[in-house]
Amino acid sequence: MSRLHDFMEKRSFALLFGILGVVSIGGLVEIAPLFYIDSTIEKVEGMRPYSPLELAGRDIYVREGCYLCHSQMIRPLRDEIERYGHYSLAAESMYDHPFQWSSKRTGPDVARVGGKYSDEWHVGHLSAPRSLVPDSVMPPYKFLLETKLDYARYDRNLLANKRLGVPYTDEMVALAISDIETQVDPDADDFDGFMARYPKAVVRNFDGTDEITEMDAIIAYMQMLGTLVDFDEYQAETHGNER
Amino acid sequence: MSTQNTSIIKNNNGAVLPIGVIVILGFLWALFAAARGDDPTIMPHAYMFMFAFALASFALVYGIMENKFVYDPYEYDDSVIRAGVIATVFWGIAGMLVGVIIASQLAFPNFMYFENMPWTNFGRLRPLHTSGVIFGFGGNALIATSFYIVQRTCRTRLAGGLWPWFVFWGYNLFLVIAGTGYLMGITESKEYAEPEWYADIWLTIVWIAYLMVFMLTLVKRKEKHIYVANWFFLSFIVTIALLHVVNNLSLPVSFLGAKSYSAFSGVQDAMTQWWYGHNAVGFFLTTGFLGMMYYFIPKRADRPIWSYKLSIVHFWTVIFIYIWAGPHHLHFTALPQWTQTMGMVFSIMLWMPSWGGMINGLMTLSGAWDKFRVDPVLRLLVISVAFYGMATFEGPLMAIRYVNALSHYTDWTIGHVHAGALGWNGMITFGALYCMVPWLWKKQEMYSLRMVEWHFWLALIGIVFYVSAMWVSGITQGLMWRAYNDLGFLEYSFIETVKAMKPYYIIRAVGGALYLSGMFVLTFNIWMTIKGKGGAKALDGVQPVARKPDPTAIPELALGE
Repeated sequence: MSRLHDFMEKRSFALLFGILGVVSIGGLVEIAPLFYIDSTIEKVEGMRPYSPLELAGRDIYVREGCYLCHSQMIRPLRDEIERYGHYSLAAESMYDHPFQWSSKRTGPDVARVGGKYSDEWHVGHLSAPRSLVPDSVMPPYKFLLETKLDYARYDRNLLANKRLGVPYTDEMVALAISDIETQVDPDADDFDGFMARYPKAVVRNFDGTDEITEMDAIIAYMQMLGTLVDFDEYQAETHGNER
Repeated sequence: MSTQNTSIIKNNNGAVLPIGVIVILGFLWALFAAARGDDPTIMPHAYMFMFAFALASFALVYGIMENKFVYDPYEYDDSVIRAGVIATVFWGIAGMLVGVIIASQLAFPNFMYFENMPWTNFGRLRPLHTSGVIFGFGGNALIATSFYIVQRTCRTRLAGGLWPWFVFWGYNLFLVIAGTGYLMGITESKEYAEPEWYADIWLTIVWIAYLMVFMLTLVKRKEKHIYVANWFFLSFIVTIALLHVVNNLSLPVSFLGAKSYSAFSGVQDAMTQWWYGHNAVGFFLTTGFLGMMYYFIPKRADRPIWSYKLSIVHFWTVIFIYIWAGPHHLHFTALPQWTQTMGMVFSIMLWMPSWGGMINGLMTLSGAWDKFRVDPVLRLLVISVAFYGMATFEGPLMAIRYVNALSHYTDWTIGHVHAGALGWNGMITFGALYCMVPWLWKKQEMYSLRMVEWHFWLALIGIVFYVSAMWVSGITQGLMWRAYNDLGFLEYSFIETVKAMKPYYIIRAVGGALYLSGMFVLTFNIWMTIKGKGGAKALDGVQPVARKPDPTAIPELALGE
């Protein structure tokens, strides 16, 4: 061995390629299979791509760094399931480019926050967290209510996701702009078409203002989190669902 | 050394053309993004790139016209290292200051948030803190020390002429783009890989230049063997290139806009991210800094490395095993259990090679332990290795699945990271700076060793406050989350666990402030040393370092070897 090393440490390129070879193994073994094995690419009933408004809300969630304090990954531990709901499935983040599991809970997990609070609560809490939760350490996000959502070219964002493998149809991409307007207006003409494209989507004027604001988008996203899979139906014990 | 050497003057004009092409292409892209792009968020960055590239073009033209790019091939290239030292100090202060600010935000949310200034929110400042200290402070320190060490241990001048300067300015331009981007909300949200696609591409170009400079310097070395510190630096540079490129694969919404979506999703994205994230720790913050350890400790203690064999064994095992450890960030998640188990097993195995490095560093002081008492610079270096040992014991512990069930998502992780970052990376960098500054500016010693002593104690006490506060708060929070009352219900609501953190968050902010104040002491000390005050008397004579043995004991370069 010392002779081998004597050889290596006198040749800079041998050292370089030696290092490259040694550090490649672990990643290949651990990452490559995840693109093939069943438990990580399983399809679960109910999962669908984000509606354009939800996706725009998700972009804001990413932009503001919410993931630095809120996880979206409920672990299969008794207290977490009782506190937050059913443990998170791989399939529930299958359309998440990028994933938002997070690694820190300065605030609570939000993987299943959808439907837990009213829109008014979210508006008030995001605008001034300590007005509703006195001991909260969360920053205020009042500016979301005052910032109009910039969605004039938002079809391109769906298209980028489609190119990465999210099953948006051409129709969904083409209707992205009008779908954003439809989701904040329950009286919109295309309500039925929208609900067919994005089943279980929540259609409401989320922030209560006339404008489509960033607050609308983020609340639309919050209100759908964790609501797509029906856990009364989901069979964790069936072969395909075991990990 | 014959007198004819002194007449050899070479110039670097050959590097001007390729650098010029990169700069002009970059300028054109920025111009298009500013003029034709429909994404307002990228505008500030387009203008910043244009300004930087215009300045670079001007510097290149000016340098050629005025014949500024001349050098003596028998001198070490230290000017870029001096710039690196200053950049290290600058980013250290900036990154740590932001750290103290965000720590205070969690301790005093009523005073530290401003509802009309979204860029001051925790979520935007936190990546600025982590990138500022890891990539700004740590990265500049790594580039500077690697350039310093590779020249001395290969007994040759840096390869590439102007390219080391391209690496320095290019890297710092990346940092400015990344940091200002976070404030504007431009982020990919992958921890420690937040910058958007165009910043990533720019860093890739800079990093390849860095790898080439380092490799070609090794190639033209005048020593038969490649010194151990350079193995570590090489593994750091090449592995970071690999990790950076794979983890940042993403598709921009528009090539003239800021936003992109990660190429991977869900489980695959999580695994790729923590393969990257853990090995940013492993190769950026560990092997790179071990390169520093293997040069500065033997140098300052004036003793040889304790065991050559141990350095071989622990080098190859550290780099082989580290790369597997990523999944311990994903215990109990939707990642398959076999992958989690693999991450756990390799993390525990990692304990041994890590301690191999620690033992090799500490035992290098054999026969010179008295210096630990009298020399505060050496003490910083040695204590940093002790912290390295502590953090690499705590890490495998936390990687055990059932320990992780408690520690994950809590401040324990934050405490662990800071034991490593403040204790190991910070202190070894301080030690390296206190060694290098007098050598680089040709002074006999630092301005004041007493101030080094002060810095040591401020930093050490700061770490103790910080880490113990985070241990207590992390374990407290983990236990409160899983506490049940007699009736079988969860004992605490989430907000009660937040409220319980308050005293620890205050102690943590105090600890961080102490550590930052030590950084100010360092800055003053370095400033006075450069000015030649106090103990920083000029070395006799004006001969360049490479020609004259001096306190750094650099071997002479011989012609034609």
